[in-house]
Amino acid sequence: MPRSPLELVHARPGPAFTLTFDDREITVLPGQTVAAALWSAGITSWRTTRGSGEPRGVFCGIGVCFDCLVTVNGRTNQRACLVRAEPGDVIRTQEGTGHHD
Amino acid sequence: MTDRMADRPHLAVIGAGPAGLAATLAAAGRGVRVTLVDSAAEAGGQFYRQPATGLGARRPQALHHQWRTWERLRDGLAAHIAAGRVTHLTDHHVWSVERQSDTSGTTSGASDTTGVFAVHALLGPEQEESVAVRADAVLLATGGYEKVLPFPGWTLPGVLTAGGAQAMLKGGLVLPGRTAVVAGTGPLLMPVAVGLASAGAKVAALVESADPKAFARHARVLAAHPGKLAEGARYAAELARHWVRAHVRHTVVAAHGTGRLEAVTVAALDGAGRVRAGTERRIPCDTLAVGHGMLPHIDLAEALGCGLDGAGVAVDDEQRTDVPGVWAAGETTGIGGAVLSLAEGNIAGLSIAARLNSRTPDRSWYASAAKARAGLREFFAVVDSVYAPPAQWAEQVTDDTVVCRCEEVPAAAIREAVDELGAGDVRTVKLLTRAGMGWCQGRMCGPAVAGLAGCAATPSRRPFARPVPLGVLAREPGQIQ
Repeated sequence: MPRSPLELVHARPGPAFTLTFDDREITVLPGQTVAAALWSAGITSWRTTRGSGEPRGVFCGIGVCFDCLVTVNGRTNQRACLVRAEPGDVIRTQEGTGHHD
Repeated sequence: MTDRMADRPHLAVIGAGPAGLAATLAAAGRGVRVTLVDSAAEAGGQFYRQPATGLGARRPQALHHQWRTWERLRDGLAAHIAAGRVTHLTDHHVWSVERQSDTSGTTSGASDTTGVFAVHALLGPEQEESVAVRADAVLLATGGYEKVLPFPGWTLPGVLTAGGAQAMLKGGLVLPGRTAVVAGTGPLLMPVAVGLASAGAKVAALVESADPKAFARHARVLAAHPGKLAEGARYAAELARHWVRAHVRHTVVAAHGTGRLEAVTVAALDGAGRVRAGTERRIPCDTLAVGHGMLPHIDLAEALGCGLDGAGVAVDDEQRTDVPGVWAAGETTGIGGAVLSLAEGNIAGLSIAARLNSRTPDRSWYASAAKARAGLREFFAVVDSVYAPPAQWAEQVTDDTVVCRCEEVPAAAIREAVDELGAGDVRTVKLLTRAGMGWCQGRMCGPAVAGLAGCAATPSRRPFARPVPLGVLAREPGQIQ
Protein backbone atom coordinates (compact mmCIF):
# COMPACT_ATOMS: atom_id res chain seq x y z
CA MET A 1 0.00 0.00 0.00
CA PRO A 2 1.29 3.52 -0.80
CA ARG A 3 2.95 5.25 2.12
CA SER A 4 2.68 8.81 0.77
CA PRO A 5 0.55 10.87 -1.60
CA LEU A 6 3.51 11.16 -3.98
CA GLU A 7 3.81 7.39 -4.12
CA LEU A 8 0.06 6.97 -4.62
CA VAL A 9 0.04 9.05 -7.82
CA HIS A 10 3.46 7.81 -9.04
CA ALA A 11 4.82 11.36 -8.90
CA ARG A 12 8.10 12.32 -10.51
CA PRO A 13 8.44 15.88 -9.25
CA GLY A 14 10.70 18.45 -10.85
CA PRO A 15 13.86 19.51 -8.99
CA ALA A 16 13.23 20.55 -5.38
CA PHE A 17 14.21 24.02 -4.18
CA THR A 18 14.51 25.75 -0.84
CA LEU A 19 12.89 28.64 0.94
CA THR A 20 13.08 29.81 4.53
CA PHE A 21 10.40 29.79 7.21
CA ASP A 22 11.38 31.92 10.22
CA ASP A 23 15.02 31.55 9.10
CA ARG A 24 14.79 27.76 8.91
CA GLU A 25 15.56 26.28 5.49
CA ILE A 26 12.80 24.12 3.99
CA THR A 27 12.86 21.92 0.91
CA VAL A 28 9.90 22.39 -1.45
CA LEU A 29 8.63 20.54 -4.51
CA PRO A 30 7.76 22.67 -7.55
CA GLY A 31 4.12 23.72 -7.78
CA GLN A 32 3.34 23.38 -4.09
CA THR A 33 1.61 26.18 -2.26
CA VAL A 34 3.24 27.77 0.77
CA ALA A 35 0.84 25.77 2.96
CA ALA A 36 1.73 22.48 1.26
CA ALA A 37 5.43 23.30 1.59
CA LEU A 38 5.09 24.02 5.30
CA TRP A 39 3.01 20.87 5.89
CA SER A 40 5.69 18.82 4.12
CA ALA A 41 8.20 20.16 6.64
CA GLY A 42 5.91 19.17 9.51
CA ILE A 43 4.82 22.74 10.24
CA THR A 44 1.08 23.19 10.87
CA SER A 45 0.83 26.74 12.25
CA TRP A 46 2.27 30.02 10.97
CA ARG A 47 0.09 32.75 12.38
CA THR A 48 -0.87 33.96 15.83
CA THR A 49 -4.21 35.68 16.33
CA ARG A 50 -4.56 39.40 17.08
CA GLY A 51 -6.46 38.90 20.33
CA SER A 52 -5.22 35.93 22.30
CA GLY A 53 -2.14 35.10 20.23
CA GLU A 54 -3.34 31.57 19.43
CA PRO A 55 -1.58 29.64 16.69
CA ARG A 56 -3.44 29.01 13.42
CA GLY A 57 -2.75 27.26 10.14
CA VAL A 58 -4.81 25.74 7.32
CA PHE A 59 -8.51 25.46 8.03
CA CYS A 60 -10.60 25.56 4.82
CA GLY A 61 -7.71 24.89 2.43
CA ILE A 62 -9.48 26.62 -0.47
CA GLY A 63 -9.02 30.34 0.19
CA VAL A 64 -12.33 31.05 1.93
CA CYS A 65 -11.52 31.24 5.65
CA PHE A 66 -8.36 33.42 5.75
CA ASP A 67 -7.08 31.48 8.76
CA CYS A 68 -3.79 30.50 7.05
CA LEU A 69 -2.52 34.08 6.63
CA VAL A 70 1.25 34.38 6.55
CA THR A 71 3.93 36.90 5.65
CA VAL A 72 5.63 36.10 2.33
CA ASN A 73 8.65 38.17 1.26
CA GLY A 74 7.54 40.98 3.54
CA ARG A 75 3.94 41.00 2.30
CA THR A 76 1.52 40.38 5.14
CA ASN A 77 -1.85 38.62 5.05
CA GLN A 78 -1.08 36.19 2.21
CA ARG A 79 -3.22 33.05 2.12
CA ALA A 80 -0.73 30.20 2.40
CA CYS A 81 -3.21 27.78 0.79
CA LEU A 82 -3.30 29.86 -2.42
CA VAL A 83 0.17 31.39 -2.79
CA ARG A 84 2.58 29.23 -4.72
CA ALA A 85 5.98 28.75 -3.08
CA GLU A 86 8.92 30.09 -5.09
CA PRO A 87 12.65 29.42 -4.72
CA GLY A 88 14.22 31.70 -2.13
CA ASP A 89 10.92 32.85 -0.62
CA VAL A 90 11.25 34.31 2.85
CA ILE A 91 8.23 33.15 4.84
CA ARG A 92 7.59 34.46 8.33
CA THR A 93 5.08 33.65 11.03
CA GLN A 94 2.55 36.43 11.05
CA GLU A 95 1.84 37.85 14.48
CA GLY A 96 -1.55 39.55 14.76
CA THR A 97 -2.15 41.80 11.77
CA GLY A 98 1.48 41.45 10.75
CA HIS A 99 1.94 45.17 11.21
CA HIS A 100 3.68 46.61 14.23
CA ASP A 101 0.74 48.19 15.96
CA MET B 1 -21.04 34.94 -43.93
CA THR B 2 -18.03 35.91 -41.92
CA ASP B 3 -17.45 34.27 -38.59
CA ARG B 4 -15.09 36.58 -36.81
CA MET B 5 -14.62 35.41 -33.25
CA ALA B 6 -15.05 38.97 -31.96
CA ASP B 7 -18.52 39.14 -33.57
CA ARG B 8 -19.77 36.11 -31.71
CA PRO B 9 -21.89 36.61 -28.61
CA HIS B 10 -19.69 36.51 -25.53
CA LEU B 11 -20.33 34.48 -22.40
CA ALA B 12 -18.36 34.82 -19.18
CA VAL B 13 -18.35 31.59 -17.15
CA ILE B 14 -17.31 32.09 -13.53
CA GLY B 15 -15.84 28.91 -12.10
CA ALA B 16 -14.01 26.08 -13.89
CA GLY B 17 -15.44 23.16 -11.92
CA PRO B 18 -17.77 20.53 -13.41
CA ALA B 19 -20.70 22.94 -13.95
CA GLY B 20 -18.60 25.73 -15.48
CA LEU B 21 -16.70 23.33 -17.74
CA ALA B 22 -19.85 21.55 -18.96
CA ALA B 23 -21.45 24.90 -19.77
CA THR B 24 -18.30 26.16 -21.48
CA LEU B 25 -18.14 23.11 -23.75
CA ALA B 26 -21.87 23.22 -24.56
CA ALA B 27 -21.88 26.95 -25.38
CA ALA B 28 -18.55 27.06 -27.22
CA GLY B 29 -19.68 24.11 -29.35
CA ARG B 30 -22.66 26.16 -30.48
CA GLY B 31 -21.06 29.37 -31.66
CA VAL B 32 -20.58 31.26 -28.42
CA ARG B 33 -17.27 32.89 -27.53
CA VAL B 34 -16.54 31.95 -23.92
CA THR B 35 -14.23 33.46 -21.34
CA LEU B 36 -13.80 31.02 -18.48
CA VAL B 37 -12.74 32.89 -15.34
CA ASP B 38 -11.41 30.84 -12.45
CA SER B 39 -9.39 31.42 -9.29
CA ALA B 40 -7.25 28.28 -9.57
CA ALA B 41 -4.10 27.71 -11.59
CA GLU B 42 -5.76 24.85 -13.46
CA ALA B 43 -9.31 23.91 -14.40
CA GLY B 44 -11.20 21.29 -12.39
CA GLY B 45 -12.73 23.12 -9.44
CA GLN B 46 -12.70 21.36 -6.09
CA PHE B 47 -13.98 17.99 -7.33
CA TYR B 48 -11.44 17.64 -10.14
CA ARG B 49 -8.65 19.60 -8.43
CA GLN B 50 -5.40 18.55 -10.11
CA PRO B 51 -1.93 18.15 -8.63
CA ALA B 52 0.34 21.07 -9.52
CA THR B 53 2.11 20.32 -12.82
CA GLY B 54 5.55 20.53 -11.25
CA LEU B 55 4.74 17.57 -9.02
CA GLY B 56 4.80 15.28 -12.06
CA ALA B 57 1.91 13.01 -11.01
CA ARG B 58 1.74 10.15 -13.49
CA ARG B 59 -1.37 8.60 -11.94
CA PRO B 60 -3.44 11.54 -10.64
CA GLN B 61 -6.59 9.43 -11.11
CA ALA B 62 -5.61 7.50 -7.96
CA LEU B 63 -7.01 10.50 -6.03
CA HIS B 64 -10.14 10.87 -8.14
CA HIS B 65 -13.47 9.40 -9.13
CA GLN B 66 -15.12 9.62 -12.54
CA TRP B 67 -11.75 10.21 -14.17
CA ARG B 68 -13.02 9.52 -17.73
CA THR B 69 -15.45 12.41 -17.36
CA TRP B 70 -12.58 14.65 -16.33
CA GLU B 71 -10.53 13.60 -19.36
CA ARG B 72 -13.45 14.45 -21.64
CA LEU B 73 -13.87 17.89 -20.02
CA ARG B 74 -10.14 18.61 -20.01
CA ASP B 75 -9.62 17.57 -23.64
CA GLY B 76 -12.75 19.39 -24.79
CA LEU B 77 -11.58 22.57 -23.10
CA ALA B 78 -8.11 22.27 -24.66
CA ALA B 79 -9.63 21.86 -28.14
CA HIS B 80 -11.84 24.94 -27.76
CA ILE B 81 -8.93 26.98 -26.41
CA ALA B 82 -6.74 25.90 -29.36
CA ALA B 83 -9.50 26.90 -31.78
CA GLY B 84 -9.79 30.33 -30.15
CA ARG B 85 -13.37 29.79 -29.02
CA VAL B 86 -12.55 29.75 -25.32
CA THR B 87 -10.22 31.94 -23.28
CA HIS B 88 -9.32 30.45 -19.90
CA LEU B 89 -8.29 33.06 -17.34
CA THR B 90 -6.56 31.26 -14.46
CA ASP B 91 -5.68 32.81 -11.08
CA HIS B 92 -8.53 35.30 -11.56
CA HIS B 93 -10.56 35.80 -8.38
CA VAL B 94 -13.90 37.35 -9.30
CA TRP B 95 -15.05 39.88 -6.73
CA SER B 96 -17.94 41.54 -8.51
CA VAL B 97 -20.23 41.14 -11.51
CA GLU B 98 -21.83 44.36 -12.65
CA ARG B 99 -24.88 44.51 -14.86
CA GLN B 100 -24.55 47.69 -16.88
CA SER B 101 -27.74 49.33 -18.06
CA ASP B 102 -26.08 50.67 -21.23
CA THR B 103 -26.92 48.22 -24.03
CA SER B 104 -25.11 50.05 -26.81
CA GLY B 105 -22.03 48.37 -28.13
CA THR B 106 -23.24 44.85 -27.51
CA THR B 107 -22.18 42.51 -30.26
CA SER B 108 -24.78 39.84 -29.88
CA GLY B 109 -27.94 41.33 -31.28
CA ALA B 110 -29.10 40.54 -27.79
CA SER B 111 -32.70 40.69 -26.81
CA ASP B 112 -34.03 41.49 -23.36
CA THR B 113 -32.82 38.07 -22.21
CA THR B 114 -29.22 39.27 -22.12
CA GLY B 115 -27.38 42.22 -20.75
CA VAL B 116 -24.01 43.88 -20.74
CA PHE B 117 -21.85 42.71 -17.90
CA ALA B 118 -18.50 43.59 -16.43
CA VAL B 119 -16.87 40.78 -14.50
CA HIS B 120 -14.23 42.16 -12.12
CA ALA B 121 -11.43 39.84 -11.05
CA LEU B 122 -8.37 40.22 -8.86
CA LEU B 123 -5.18 38.75 -10.28
CA GLY B 124 -3.22 36.02 -8.55
CA PRO B 125 -3.07 35.24 -4.87
CA GLU B 126 -1.54 38.67 -4.13
CA GLN B 127 -4.73 40.29 -5.43
CA GLU B 128 -3.50 43.83 -5.81
CA GLU B 129 -4.57 44.33 -9.41
CA SER B 130 -8.01 43.96 -10.95
CA VAL B 131 -9.16 43.39 -14.51
CA ALA B 132 -12.62 43.51 -16.05
CA VAL B 133 -14.14 41.15 -18.61
CA ARG B 134 -17.13 42.43 -20.57
CA ALA B 135 -19.73 39.89 -21.65
CA ASP B 136 -23.27 39.60 -23.03
CA ALA B 137 -24.21 36.86 -20.57
CA VAL B 138 -22.82 35.41 -17.36
CA LEU B 139 -22.93 31.91 -15.94
CA LEU B 140 -22.37 31.68 -12.19
CA ALA B 141 -20.75 28.32 -11.46
CA THR B 142 -19.06 29.30 -8.23
CA GLY B 143 -19.57 26.01 -6.38
CA GLY B 144 -19.75 25.66 -2.64
CA TYR B 145 -17.72 25.58 0.54
CA GLU B 146 -17.86 23.57 3.70
CA LYS B 147 -19.88 24.33 6.78
CA VAL B 148 -18.23 23.53 10.12
CA LEU B 149 -19.98 23.95 13.45
CA PRO B 150 -17.78 24.86 16.42
CA PHE B 151 -16.74 22.66 19.33
CA PRO B 152 -14.13 23.14 22.04
CA GLY B 153 -10.66 23.01 20.50
CA TRP B 154 -11.73 23.47 16.87
CA THR B 155 -9.27 26.35 16.36
CA LEU B 156 -6.23 24.18 17.15
CA PRO B 157 -3.81 23.72 14.24
CA GLY B 158 -4.39 20.21 12.92
CA VAL B 159 -8.17 20.69 12.92
CA LEU B 160 -9.28 21.52 9.40
CA THR B 161 -12.23 21.07 7.09
CA ALA B 162 -12.70 17.67 5.46
CA GLY B 163 -12.76 19.35 2.06
CA GLY B 164 -9.62 21.30 2.95
CA ALA B 165 -7.72 18.12 3.77
CA GLN B 166 -8.86 16.72 0.42
CA ALA B 167 -7.94 19.89 -1.48
CA MET B 168 -4.43 19.96 -0.01
CA LEU B 169 -4.03 16.27 -0.83
CA LYS B 170 -5.29 16.53 -4.41
CA GLY B 171 -3.50 19.78 -5.24
CA GLY B 172 -0.29 19.65 -3.23
CA LEU B 173 0.06 15.89 -2.61
CA VAL B 174 0.52 16.53 1.10
CA LEU B 175 -1.00 15.27 4.32
CA PRO B 176 -1.47 17.38 7.44
CA GLY B 177 -0.22 14.64 9.75
CA ARG B 178 0.11 10.90 10.31
CA THR B 179 -3.03 9.95 12.21
CA ALA B 180 -6.36 11.43 11.24
CA VAL B 181 -9.91 11.36 12.50
CA VAL B 182 -12.54 12.25 9.90
CA ALA B 183 -15.72 13.57 11.51
CA GLY B 184 -18.95 15.48 11.13
CA THR B 185 -21.71 14.54 8.77
CA GLY B 186 -22.38 14.17 5.07
CA PRO B 187 -21.42 12.27 1.95
CA LEU B 188 -18.02 13.99 1.74
CA LEU B 189 -16.62 12.21 4.81
CA MET B 190 -16.24 8.76 3.23
CA PRO B 191 -14.26 9.88 0.15
CA VAL B 192 -12.06 12.08 2.36
CA ALA B 193 -11.33 9.19 4.73
CA VAL B 194 -10.58 6.88 1.79
CA GLY B 195 -8.36 9.52 0.18
CA LEU B 196 -6.31 10.14 3.32
CA ALA B 197 -5.96 6.41 4.01
CA SER B 198 -4.94 5.52 0.47
CA ALA B 199 -2.31 8.29 0.55
CA GLY B 200 -0.68 6.75 3.61
CA ALA B 201 -2.36 8.39 6.60
CA LYS B 202 -3.68 6.25 9.41
CA VAL B 203 -7.39 7.06 9.70
CA ALA B 204 -8.13 6.23 13.33
CA ALA B 205 -11.90 6.74 13.02
CA LEU B 206 -14.67 7.97 10.77
CA VAL B 207 -17.21 9.69 13.02
CA GLU B 208 -20.63 10.37 11.46
CA SER B 209 -23.41 11.97 13.50
CA ALA B 210 -26.20 10.73 11.24
CA ASP B 211 -27.39 7.17 10.92
CA PRO B 212 -27.17 6.05 7.28
CA LYS B 213 -29.79 3.40 8.12
CA ALA B 214 -32.24 6.28 7.74
CA PHE B 215 -31.72 5.85 3.98
CA ALA B 216 -33.92 2.76 4.24
CA ARG B 217 -36.95 5.01 4.64
CA HIS B 218 -36.35 6.27 1.12
CA ALA B 219 -36.20 2.95 -0.68
CA ARG B 220 -38.06 4.19 -3.75
CA VAL B 221 -35.62 7.03 -4.43
CA LEU B 222 -32.60 4.82 -3.69
CA ALA B 223 -33.85 2.12 -6.07
CA ALA B 224 -33.79 4.72 -8.84
CA HIS B 225 -30.07 5.35 -8.18
CA PRO B 226 -28.29 2.00 -8.20
CA GLY B 227 -25.05 3.78 -9.19
CA LYS B 228 -25.14 5.85 -6.00
CA LEU B 229 -25.67 2.74 -3.88
CA ALA B 230 -22.75 1.02 -5.59
CA GLU B 231 -20.61 4.11 -4.94
CA GLY B 232 -21.47 4.00 -1.24
CA ALA B 233 -20.69 0.29 -1.10
CA ARG B 234 -17.35 0.89 -2.84
CA TYR B 235 -16.35 3.50 -0.28
CA ALA B 236 -17.41 1.21 2.55
CA ALA B 237 -15.28 -1.60 1.12
CA GLU B 238 -12.31 0.77 0.74
CA LEU B 239 -12.67 1.88 4.35
CA ALA B 240 -12.71 -1.75 5.46
CA ARG B 241 -9.62 -2.48 3.37
CA HIS B 242 -7.78 0.32 5.19
CA TRP B 243 -9.11 -0.84 8.59
CA VAL B 244 -10.98 2.40 9.14
CA ARG B 245 -13.61 2.07 11.85
CA ALA B 246 -16.82 3.97 11.21
CA HIS B 247 -18.76 5.23 14.23
CA VAL B 248 -22.26 6.30 13.20
CA ARG B 249 -24.48 8.36 15.50
CA HIS B 250 -21.29 9.62 17.14
CA THR B 251 -19.80 13.08 17.34
CA VAL B 252 -16.55 14.81 18.25
CA VAL B 253 -17.23 16.69 21.47
CA ALA B 254 -13.80 18.29 21.84
CA ALA B 255 -10.35 18.57 20.31
CA HIS B 256 -7.36 18.62 22.67
CA GLY B 257 -3.79 19.80 22.45
CA THR B 258 -1.31 22.49 23.33
CA GLY B 259 -0.35 24.52 20.29
CA ARG B 260 -1.57 21.75 18.02
CA LEU B 261 -4.02 18.87 17.94
CA GLU B 262 -3.09 15.82 20.03
CA ALA B 263 -6.41 13.98 20.51
CA VAL B 264 -10.16 14.22 20.14
CA THR B 265 -12.97 13.09 22.41
CA VAL B 266 -15.68 11.19 20.59
CA ALA B 267 -19.05 10.25 22.10
CA ALA B 268 -22.25 8.48 21.10
CA LEU B 269 -25.47 10.38 20.42
CA ASP B 270 -28.92 9.51 21.73
CA GLY B 271 -32.13 9.61 19.73
CA ALA B 272 -32.59 13.33 20.44
CA GLY B 273 -29.12 14.21 19.14
CA ARG B 274 -27.61 14.67 22.61
CA VAL B 275 -24.29 13.27 23.76
CA ARG B 276 -24.87 10.12 25.80
CA ALA B 277 -23.12 10.59 29.13
CA GLY B 278 -20.44 8.03 29.85
CA THR B 279 -19.76 7.14 26.20
CA GLU B 280 -16.90 9.63 25.78
CA ARG B 281 -13.68 8.14 24.45
CA ARG B 282 -10.36 9.79 23.66
CA ILE B 283 -8.69 9.06 20.32
CA PRO B 284 -5.09 10.25 19.84
CA CYS B 285 -4.59 11.97 16.46
CA ASP B 286 -2.69 14.86 14.91
CA THR B 287 -5.34 15.65 12.28
CA LEU B 288 -9.09 16.15 12.52
CA ALA B 289 -10.81 16.58 9.15
CA VAL B 290 -14.27 17.82 10.01
CA GLY B 291 -17.31 19.03 8.07
CA HIS B 292 -21.04 19.39 8.59
CA GLY B 293 -22.22 19.71 5.00
CA MET B 294 -21.77 22.21 2.21
CA LEU B 295 -23.07 25.69 1.48
CA PRO B 296 -23.42 27.30 -1.96
CA HIS B 297 -21.29 30.33 -2.89
CA ILE B 298 -23.96 32.93 -3.67
CA ASP B 299 -22.24 36.28 -3.14
CA LEU B 300 -22.00 37.25 -6.81
CA ALA B 301 -25.61 36.21 -7.44
CA GLU B 302 -26.85 38.17 -4.44
CA ALA B 303 -24.98 41.31 -5.45
CA LEU B 304 -26.58 41.02 -8.91
CA GLY B 305 -30.00 40.79 -7.25
CA CYS B 306 -30.71 37.15 -8.17
CA GLY B 307 -33.47 35.49 -6.16
CA LEU B 308 -32.64 32.58 -3.89
CA ASP B 309 -34.26 29.19 -3.41
CA GLY B 310 -33.28 27.97 0.04
CA ALA B 311 -29.53 28.42 0.44
CA GLY B 312 -28.84 28.42 -3.32
CA VAL B 313 -29.55 30.60 -6.33
CA ALA B 314 -33.04 30.12 -7.78
CA VAL B 315 -33.07 28.95 -11.40
CA ASP B 316 -35.72 27.94 -13.94
CA ASP B 317 -35.79 24.86 -16.18
CA GLU B 318 -33.05 26.36 -18.39
CA GLN B 319 -30.86 27.28 -15.36
CA ARG B 320 -31.69 30.97 -15.80
CA THR B 321 -31.73 33.13 -12.69
CA ASP B 322 -34.38 35.82 -12.44
CA VAL B 323 -31.87 38.45 -13.59
CA PRO B 324 -31.85 38.64 -17.41
CA GLY B 325 -28.56 37.46 -18.88
CA VAL B 326 -27.47 35.62 -15.72
CA TRP B 327 -27.50 31.83 -15.55
CA ALA B 328 -26.39 29.64 -12.62
CA ALA B 329 -25.40 25.98 -12.48
CA GLY B 330 -23.86 23.49 -10.10
CA GLU B 331 -23.59 23.78 -6.35
CA THR B 332 -24.22 27.53 -6.37
CA THR B 333 -27.87 26.55 -7.02
CA GLY B 334 -27.87 23.93 -4.24
CA ILE B 335 -25.56 21.15 -3.11
CA GLY B 336 -25.83 18.03 -5.25
CA GLY B 337 -22.43 16.77 -6.31
CA ALA B 338 -20.41 16.71 -9.51
CA VAL B 339 -22.76 14.70 -11.72
CA LEU B 340 -25.68 17.03 -11.05
CA SER B 341 -23.35 19.98 -11.68
CA LEU B 342 -22.42 18.54 -15.08
CA ALA B 343 -26.08 18.13 -16.06
CA GLU B 344 -26.95 21.67 -14.93
CA GLY B 345 -23.92 23.15 -16.67
CA ASN B 346 -24.75 21.35 -19.89
CA ILE B 347 -28.33 22.64 -19.85
CA ALA B 348 -27.16 26.17 -19.03
CA GLY B 349 -24.66 26.14 -21.92
CA LEU B 350 -27.31 25.01 -24.41
CA SER B 351 -29.77 27.59 -23.15
CA ILE B 352 -27.21 30.40 -23.31
CA ALA B 353 -26.15 29.50 -26.86
CA ALA B 354 -29.76 29.64 -28.00
CA ARG B 355 -30.75 32.76 -26.09
CA LEU B 356 -27.68 34.73 -27.15
CA ASN B 357 -28.74 34.06 -30.74
CA SER B 358 -32.29 35.20 -29.95
CA ARG B 359 -33.68 31.68 -30.15
CA THR B 360 -35.75 29.70 -27.68
CA PRO B 361 -34.06 26.43 -26.76
CA ASP B 362 -36.03 23.30 -27.56
CA ARG B 363 -36.43 21.19 -24.45
CA SER B 364 -35.76 18.04 -26.48
CA TRP B 365 -32.12 19.21 -26.88
CA TYR B 366 -31.50 18.66 -23.22
CA ALA B 367 -34.14 16.10 -22.26
CA SER B 368 -31.66 13.51 -20.99
CA ALA B 369 -29.72 16.07 -18.95
CA ALA B 370 -33.00 17.34 -17.50
CA LYS B 371 -33.99 13.80 -16.55
CA ALA B 372 -30.63 13.24 -14.83
CA ARG B 373 -31.01 16.60 -13.08
CA ALA B 374 -34.48 15.76 -11.75
CA GLY B 375 -33.34 12.38 -10.46
CA LEU B 376 -30.20 13.70 -8.79
CA ARG B 377 -32.03 16.59 -7.16
CA GLU B 378 -34.48 14.08 -5.71
CA PHE B 379 -31.61 11.90 -4.51
CA PHE B 380 -29.77 14.78 -2.86
CA ALA B 381 -32.96 15.92 -1.12
CA VAL B 382 -32.87 12.50 0.56
CA VAL B 383 -29.15 12.84 1.32
CA ASP B 384 -29.87 16.20 2.88
CA SER B 385 -32.60 14.74 5.09
CA VAL B 386 -30.44 11.83 6.26
CA TYR B 387 -27.18 13.65 7.01
CA ALA B 388 -27.49 16.24 9.74
CA PRO B 389 -25.29 17.58 12.54
CA PRO B 390 -26.35 16.46 16.03
CA ALA B 391 -29.63 18.24 16.81
CA GLN B 392 -28.23 19.51 20.12
CA TRP B 393 -24.74 20.48 18.85
CA ALA B 394 -24.96 23.88 20.52
CA GLU B 395 -25.01 22.23 23.98
CA GLN B 396 -21.43 21.09 23.39
CA VAL B 397 -20.21 24.60 22.63
CA THR B 398 -18.74 25.80 25.93
CA ASP B 399 -18.86 29.53 26.72
CA ASP B 400 -15.14 29.95 26.10
CA THR B 401 -15.22 28.22 22.67
CA VAL B 402 -14.25 30.67 19.93
CA VAL B 403 -17.12 30.81 17.43
CA CYS B 404 -15.98 33.56 15.04
CA ARG B 405 -12.47 32.44 14.18
CA CYS B 406 -11.46 35.75 12.56
CA GLU B 407 -12.56 38.13 15.33
CA GLU B 408 -12.05 35.58 18.14
CA VAL B 409 -15.58 35.95 19.49
CA PRO B 410 -16.42 33.33 22.14
CA ALA B 411 -19.80 31.64 22.47
CA ALA B 412 -20.35 33.53 25.74
CA ALA B 413 -20.44 36.86 23.88
CA ILE B 414 -23.04 35.57 21.42
CA ARG B 415 -25.18 34.15 24.21
CA GLU B 416 -24.91 37.41 26.12
CA ALA B 417 -25.95 39.40 23.05
CA VAL B 418 -29.11 37.32 22.79
CA ASP B 419 -29.97 36.64 26.44
CA GLU B 420 -28.98 39.94 28.02
CA LEU B 421 -28.88 42.50 25.25
CA GLY B 422 -31.95 41.22 23.43
CA ALA B 423 -30.45 40.63 19.97
CA GLY B 424 -33.07 38.87 17.87
CA ASP B 425 -31.30 38.40 14.55
CA VAL B 426 -27.85 37.57 13.21
CA ARG B 427 -27.17 41.13 12.10
CA THR B 428 -27.70 42.54 15.59
CA VAL B 429 -25.54 39.79 17.10
CA LYS B 430 -22.83 40.76 14.61
CA LEU B 431 -23.03 44.45 15.49
CA LEU B 432 -22.87 43.69 19.21
CA THR B 433 -20.14 41.05 19.16
CA ARG B 434 -18.18 41.51 15.87
CA ALA B 435 -18.93 37.85 15.04
CA GLY B 436 -18.82 37.65 11.24
CA MET B 437 -17.00 40.95 10.71
CA GLY B 438 -13.57 39.53 9.95
CA TRP B 439 -11.66 38.48 6.86
CA CYS B 440 -13.95 35.61 5.91
CA GLN B 441 -17.01 37.90 6.15
CA GLY B 442 -18.92 35.43 8.28
CA ARG B 443 -18.67 32.50 5.89
CA MET B 444 -17.11 30.24 8.54
CA CYS B 445 -19.16 31.26 11.59
CA GLY B 446 -22.47 32.27 9.99
CA PRO B 447 -24.38 29.00 10.58
CA ALA B 448 -22.93 28.63 14.09
CA VAL B 449 -23.81 32.17 15.14
CA ALA B 450 -27.36 31.70 13.88
CA GLY B 451 -27.65 28.34 15.64
CA LEU B 452 -26.32 29.63 18.96
CA ALA B 453 -28.45 32.75 18.79
CA GLY B 454 -31.50 30.69 17.89
CA CYS B 455 -32.34 32.77 14.83
CA ALA B 456 -32.55 32.10 11.11
CA ALA B 457 -29.31 31.99 9.11
CA THR B 458 -30.19 34.85 6.79
CA PRO B 459 -27.65 35.18 4.00
CA SER B 460 -25.51 38.22 4.72
CA ARG B 461 -25.31 40.48 1.70
CA ARG B 462 -21.74 41.29 0.88
CA PRO B 463 -21.00 44.09 -1.57
CA PHE B 464 -18.01 42.15 -2.89
CA ALA B 465 -17.46 38.41 -3.05
CA ARG B 466 -14.00 38.71 -1.49
CA PRO B 467 -11.92 41.36 0.27
CA VAL B 468 -10.78 43.97 -2.26
CA PRO B 469 -7.82 46.30 -1.65
CA LEU B 470 -8.89 49.95 -1.48
CA GLY B 471 -6.36 50.80 -4.19
CA VAL B 472 -8.21 48.51 -6.60
CA LEU B 473 -11.53 50.20 -5.88
CA ALA B 474 -9.94 53.60 -6.51
CA ARG B 475 -8.44 52.64 -9.88
CA GLU B 476 -10.09 52.10 -13.23
CA PRO B 477 -9.69 48.42 -14.01
CA GLY B 478 -7.78 47.09 -16.99
CA GLN B 479 -10.03 45.69 -19.73
CA ILE B 480 -9.89 42.26 -21.24
CA GLN B 481 -12.16 41.70 -24.20
